[in-house]
Amino acid sequence: MSFLQLGLSLIFVAIPLGLTLFLKLGLEKDIIIATVRSVIQLLIIGYILTFVFESDSVIFIILMILLMIAAASQNVVKKGTGIPGITAIIIFTLFVVEAVSMGILLGFSIIPAEPEQIIPISGMVIGNCMVLSLLFLNKFKDELVAGEEVIELILSFGGAPEAAISRSLKSSIRTSMIPTVEAMKTMGLVQLPGMMSGLIIGGADPLEAVMYQLLILFLILTTAALSSVMVGYMSYPKLFNQRLQYIGLRPSEK
Amino acid sequence: MPIIEFKNVSHNDILHNITGSFRESRITTFVGPSGAGKSTCLKMINGLLSPDAGEVLYRGKDIFDYDISGLRKTVSMAFQSSPMIHGTVYDNLNLPCEVHGEVLGEARAAELLDMVELDASFLTRPVREISGGERSRISLARTFVHRPEVLLLDEITSSLDYVLVRDIERLVMRLQSEQDVTVIWITHDLEQARRVSHDMWFLRKGELIEYGPAEFIDRTENPEIRSFVKGEH
Ligand SMILES: Nc1ncnc2c1ncn2[C@@H]1O[C@H](COP(=O)(O)OP(=O)(O)O)[C@@H](O)[C@H]1O
Ligand SMILES: [Mg+2]
Repeated sequence: MSFLQLGLSLIFVAIPLGLTLFLKLGLEKDIIIATVRSVIQLLIIGYILTFVFESDSVIFIILMILLMIAAASQNVVKKGTGIPGITAIIIFTLFVVEAVSMGILLGFSIIPAEPEQIIPISGMVIGNCMVLSLLFLNKFKDELVAGEEVIELILSFGGAPEAAISRSLKSSIRTSMIPTVEAMKTMGLVQLPGMMSGLIIGGADPLEAVMYQLLILFLILTTAALSSVMVGYMSYPKLFNQRLQYIGLRPSEK
Repeated sequence: MPIIEFKNVSHNDILHNITGSFRESRITTFVGPSGAGKSTCLKMINGLLSPDAGEVLYRGKDIFDYDISGLRKTVSMAFQSSPMIHGTVYDNLNLPCEVHGEVLGEARAAELLDMVELDASFLTRPVREISGGERSRISLARTFVHRPEVLLLDEITSSLDYVLVRDIERLVMRLQSEQDVTVIWITHDLEQARRVSHDMWFLRKGELIEYGPAEFIDRTENPEIRSFVKGEH
């Protein structure tokens, strides 16, 4: 695609812009900001990737991954979770999930050890881990509010924190994974997954694109399960103290 | 010797310098306006909360010098809303065992139901299908699973109709004498307190105004208690 063709694609920005002006929807400012930001951000990423791919240096690959982890954890933590020490938990989880995924992919030579493969797949792994952590934490907070009485009840029997929280914890892990599993069931029926479409547009053989997409789906299933389980099992002890008392969420903590 | 003692117990802005005691094998009610700190006091007796200052003694020893998990089996608690987990009545009776990796068994479960005057056919019923009065009974039966010495009851009749309230009162009084347990019972209903109490604690705004054999509530010269008692009629 040439810059001229990209320029022409701005017609697709002009149409909604015209509509919002005509109908006075008040979205024109947001549309312009969104367009400018996406152009600048993606072009920067494009140049960085070109540079990293050409340099072919491990240091830059690792640096890219660290950057992605930093951005992703920032995104989770700024939501204010009420769980003390959650920042460290999220960063650790992102590291482990990325390391396990890459360890399996590269260890079994499922993908070649090239930056063109490692960086985009790491992006998907880390991005998915971030989304699942957020999803899990939201569900967990709801479950804690709904389940507070049962938590205290079980503690009052002399039960340990793990026994007290186990119902809320498992239910949050389960519900946070449901969208991932459900999405897999309908995959390809309604719309083609983005990455596969991208490969096909880029000229790849459809079957090869499908195989890649399947790999990503399976990978995302692992990241979903690992993220929820790790964040869950590392956070719940922070909700209790040494005296087997329930402290609960502390909204000011990060 | 009293079975439980509070010594200069304070907690946040909720409790102020509470000193008092409970006699063994008696029913002591906590009486006082809502927000007085009754539930907070109760949770300190089984260590669900700890005082910021002062201490709570069980048989002369600070409760946190006991293994807290073991103490909570000895000092058992029923909550206001009779919280239940999803599942059957048996699942709920088994819960205090399950969390210690033990199994209650159907025979013992039926025995517990019998104590609260429910028959064994309840065991397989899902808890979401049972009535409020039955729920309170099951919650009460559940507090006996570990054969406790002390029962802490937090407004266990507040959501029930009058007839059911009287049933539960008779049940608790019978179980108290049969099982020889010490009962500490929060109620906001002064009539109920008069019916069931050997002893009373009167709390107001986080302070223990007076405690002792239940008669004091109607004989006291204390203006705060007198105005509370008048307000009830
Ligand atoms: N977890 C808590 N955090 C802060 N304040 C609380 C908490 N629980 C109760 N309180 C406050 O402590 C006071 C006493 O509460 P509580 O012991 O429940 O009173 P009672 O059972 O006599 O109605 C109330 O003013 C209540 O708002
Ligand atoms: Mg209360």
